[in-house]
Amino acid sequence: MSDIAIRVENLGKQYRIGVQNDYYPTLRDAITQAALYPFRVLRYGIPSQHETIWALRNISFEVKQGEVLGVIGRNGAGKSTLLKILSRVTEPSEGYAEIHGRVGALLEVGTGFHPELTGRENIYLNGAILGMKRAEIQKKFDEIVEFSGIEKFIDTPVKRYSSGMYLRLAFAVAAHLEPQILVVDEVLAVGDAEFQRKCLGKMSDVASQGRTVLFVSHNMSAILRLTQETIVLEGGKMLMRAPSNQAVDFYLSSGLSQSGEKRWQKDDLPTDCYPFRPIAMRIRNPRGNVVETVRSTEPIEVEVEYELASPINGLRVGIYLINTHGETIFTSFDTDDGEMYEKYSVRQAGHYLSRCIIPADLLNDGRYILGLNASVYRLKRYFHEPNALNFTVDSTGAPGKQWFEVRQGFIRPRLNWQIEREPYAVEQA
Amino acid sequence: MAQQTSLTSKIPSEVVLLRPSRGWIPLNLRELWAFRELIYFLTWRDIKVRYKQTVLGAAWAILQPLINMVVLSFIFGNLAKLSTDNIPRPIFTFTALLPWGLFSKALADAGRSMLTNRSMITKVYFPRLIIPLSSVLGGLVDFVIQFVILLAMMLYFRIPPSGAVWSLPFFVLLSLATAFGFGLWLSALNVLYRDVGYILPFLTQIWMLVTPVAYSAKVVPSEYQFFYALNPMVGVVEGFRWALLGARPPDALTLSVSSAISVVVLISGMYYFRRMERTFADMV
Repeated sequence: MSDIAIRVENLGKQYRIGVQNDYYPTLRDAITQAALYPFRVLRYGIPSQHETIWALRNISFEVKQGEVLGVIGRNGAGKSTLLKILSRVTEPSEGYAEIHGRVGALLEVGTGFHPELTGRENIYLNGAILGMKRAEIQKKFDEIVEFSGIEKFIDTPVKRYSSGMYLRLAFAVAAHLEPQILVVDEVLAVGDAEFQRKCLGKMSDVASQGRTVLFVSHNMSAILRLTQETIVLEGGKMLMRAPSNQAVDFYLSSGLSQSGEKRWQKDDLPTDCYPFRPIAMRIRNPRGNVVETVRSTEPIEVEVEYELASPINGLRVGIYLINTHGETIFTSFDTDDGEMYEKYSVRQAGHYLSRCIIPADLLNDGRYILGLNASVYRLKRYFHEPNALNFTVDSTGAPGKQWFEVRQGFIRPRLNWQIEREPYAVEQA
Repeated sequence: MAQQTSLTSKIPSEVVLLRPSRGWIPLNLRELWAFRELIYFLTWRDIKVRYKQTVLGAAWAILQPLINMVVLSFIFGNLAKLSTDNIPRPIFTFTALLPWGLFSKALADAGRSMLTNRSMITKVYFPRLIIPLSSVLGGLVDFVIQFVILLAMMLYFRIPPSGAVWSLPFFVLLSLATAFGFGLWLSALNVLYRDVGYILPFLTQIWMLVTPVAYSAKVVPSEYQFFYALNPMVGVVEGFRWALLGARPPDALTLSVSSAISVVVLISGMYYFRRMERTFADMV
C-alpha cells in the first residue's frame, strides 16, 4: 500500500474557444441542427466553428501524504485548470488523477456567500458548501467567529460589511475546513498585510499538521515558506518539479513570469491626450526581460513608450508607484533633474522611450501599481492613468529573510549597519 | 490498487478517480444522500432570501394566489361562465392554484438555477443535481402557508375534506416530481442555450392554460382526454380537487398517463442532467 495522496497521470484538459466573435449558440441553430442530428445536439450543443486549446497537457506527478507541493506559473499557465480538475469542479479531457482522501478545495474564499444573509447564516451556508457537516460547523462556530474578528457584526447582513470584513469572515470559515487534502488557489493575494499574515500563519499550521496541501500562488515568499517542492507550469505543460528554492529561482530568472507590459490601443485613448499618444509601459529585469515579478534585490527598469504628433513645451512624463492600499509610494518625472529639464524644454514630435531605474534593495515585497502621467506643469494634463500596470516584488534574498515574518513598511532598504562593542571603560572608573 | 479497510490505518479509505467520462453516467443517488445537508442549506437559503427587502414579506406567498384567484374567478366565472362542478368558484380555483403555483415556481426556479448558482458551480464540487433539487424544494414553504389559507376557506365554505384526502401527498409528490423532471431538462439545456430563460415565462403561461386551473377538465371533449392527460399537471390538479373538495375523481386513464409521463420525464431528466454535468463548469 502506497502513501500517495494524489497521483496524476498524463492529465490534460481541452477547452473550446470560439473563433467567431461573440458566437453564442442560439435555439434557432439548435432547432435546425436538431432536425438534422437530433441526438448530437442534446449531447454536445450545436456544432459551431470552434478552435480548441489545451489548457493543460501531459501532466504527471505524485504527491505523498503530508507533503506540501507548490504550483507556480504565470497567468494562463494552467494552474487554475489543474486545481479545478483536482477539486472535481471540472473533468479532465484525458489522463486521470487519483485522489486518496477527502479533498477540500479553496479556489476562492466566500463561495456561495449570499449578501442578504447575516454573517452567522453565511458561516453555515458556506461551511456546508465547502463540505462541512452541520455538527462540525456548530462545534467550530465560536472559533470561526473569533478568528474572523467580527463578533460585533455577526448578525448583520454581509452586504453591509466592508470588503475587508467580508474577506476575513470568508477566510475564517475556509481556514476551519479539515480535509485530508487541501487544494488552495491564490486566496492569499487579497486583503491587507495583516490579513495575509493571518492566512499564511494558518496555512503553515495546516502544513505542519501533516496534511497534504497543493498550493498555488504568485507569492514566491509564501511558496518558499510553506512548500518543500514546487512544480512550474508554462503553457499547460509542466516544466519542472524541484525543491522549491530551485523552482522559484528558475521561475524568476527565466522571465516566465512575464506580462509586465501595458499596451494602449489607439481606439482606447481619450481624444484630449493629443498630441501625446502613449504606446506601452513595461517593467524589465536586469536581463532585459519584460517581467511581471521582479526581485527586490535587483534594479527594476520602468520604460514608457510614446509618440508626440507635434512638439510640446515643457512636457513631463512620469510614473506613480502605488501600493495595493492605494497609498502613493513616490512620484517621479523624466525631467525632474535640472539638466534634463533644460535639455527637454521643448520636446519635438517623434517616437520616444523614457526609462528609469528603481534601485535594487528599495521596495518591500508585495504587489505594486504603476501609474502614468504626461502633463505640462499647471497648464495641461495630457494623459493620466493611475492604474497602468501592476507587478509583484519578490523579496527572496532581501535583507532579513532569515526571519519568516512580514516586514512592516513600504520599503525594505538594505541599510549599512555597524555593530561595535564598547569597552566597559567608563563603568570601571 | 487494493484498499485497506483497517480502522487504525492512516490511509484514507476513500479513493476518487478523476478521468474523462463517456456516455451515460450512473445517477449516484448515494452521493446525493451523503450531501443531504447541503440540499437542506441551499433550500433554506432560497427560502430565507426570497422575501428579503420586501415590505409585505411572506405575505406575498398568500397574496399571489389570492390575486390570481380573484382575477381568474372573475374572468372565467363572470365572463366565460365555465362550469365548476357546483363547487364555489373561489375555492375551486384556489385549490388548483396551490399545486399549480408549487409547480410553476419550482419549474421556473429550477430552470434558471444553474445560472443563478454559477459562481458555486465553477468553484466547488458537489453533486450538481442538488442545485435544481433545492430550487424545487424551496417552493414547499410557500405551499404550506397557502395550504393553511385553503383550510380556512374550506371552513368558510363549509366544505369538509373528502374521503380521498389520504391521496393528497401523492399529488403533491407528483407535482414536485413533474417540476423536478422538467426542471432538470430545462436547467441542463439552459447551460447550453440561454434561450431557455426567454422561453420559461411563455412556457408556464401556456402550460397554465392547458391545465384545468380556472376551469374543470370536464370541458375538454372526451376524444381529446388522452392528449390532455399528457400534461401531468392535469392529473395533479384534478387529484387535488378530488382529495380536498370531493369533486369528481380523475379517471384512471388520466391519472396513469399523467404519472407515467412524470416518471419518464423525471428519470430521463436525471440521466440527461448527469450526462451534461461534466460540461457545466466549463459552459456556464
